[in-house]
Amino acid sequence: MPAAGVVMIIAVVLIVAAVVFYLVSTIVALRTITAGLDDAIAGVVEIIEKSQPVAEVVGTINQNLDAGVDLLEGLLVKKAGLIDAVGLVDGLYPGAAAAGLRNVPESKEVKAPRISEVYTRGTLTLARLGREAPIAATSPNGPALRDPAYGSGAARALYPDGRPVRAAELPRSPVIGVDSPVQYDPSEAVGGKRQRMPAAPASSERS
Amino acid sequence: MTLEWIGDVILLVAILPVVIYLLNGVLRAATGIVPSVNRIAGAARAGSADLDAVPLLLTTQEQVIATVGVVANYGGSLDVILDDAPGA
Repeated sequence: MPAAGVVMIIAVVLIVAAVVFYLVSTIVALRTITAGLDDAIAGVVEIIEKSQPVAEVVGTINQNLDAGVDLLEGLLVKKAGLIDAVGLVDGLYPGAAAAGLRNVPESKEVKAPRISEVYTRGTLTLARLGREAPIAATSPNGPALRDPAYGSGAARALYPDGRPVRAAELPRSPVIGVDSPVQYDPSEAVGGKRQRMPAAPASSERS
Repeated sequence: MTLEWIGDVILLVAILPVVIYLLNGVLRAATGIVPSVNRIAGAARAGSADLDAVPLLLTTQEQVIATVGVVANYGGSLDVILDDAPGA
């Protein structure tokens, strides 16, 4: 066999060997890709199945929350009036008055009053104590004004001059019974005009 | 004889390098896809795991319905207790 034929055979063998090597490597890579895509598809199918009821459930939640918001907004506007309602909302959430109330479009045009000008200091203090959060003071995200460990101290702050326990002198309770010093005549006609109460005895007589 | 040598040279110098170059390109493209597919599969598994909390939405739904019911009762009582604003 001539030398040129041998060289040609060697060249063809080399080419075939290269083709086989690269094609086998490509097949292996494609099999790996197929396996990875199977995993990805399984994950995506799982995501689709799990997220299928989300829209319905979230829709129901939003529907109920909408009803709650409508109820509370309506009640607030009905009881406090539109201007005060906007002021209250703006006091709780500063800047919220610009958005207005959802079901009252004209509330966007209401100038929110400063809440301390509408309600007394005592009302605001009670609101703060009740809510345990700042109201119309600083930011709603601020620390609670009420100290849960010393709540009575916060309550006493409502009466800085001391809370009056009772009046200095209370009227005495009437003495009743057959031996009572003041005897009332029974009414002669049921449903008729009641007799006037006799004058109270003097303090010297009582003692 | 000369033509055979010329053919050998063409095979070894031109055709073999071109075949190797083209097949190498295909192999590199195929192996380049593998990491991307693996990342996609990992992301899909992680996303599926994140959605394991979805059934809790049913609890949230029940709680919201109950809470709105309580708020409605409370609002109804307030509506009776409190006077309406003047002009309301």
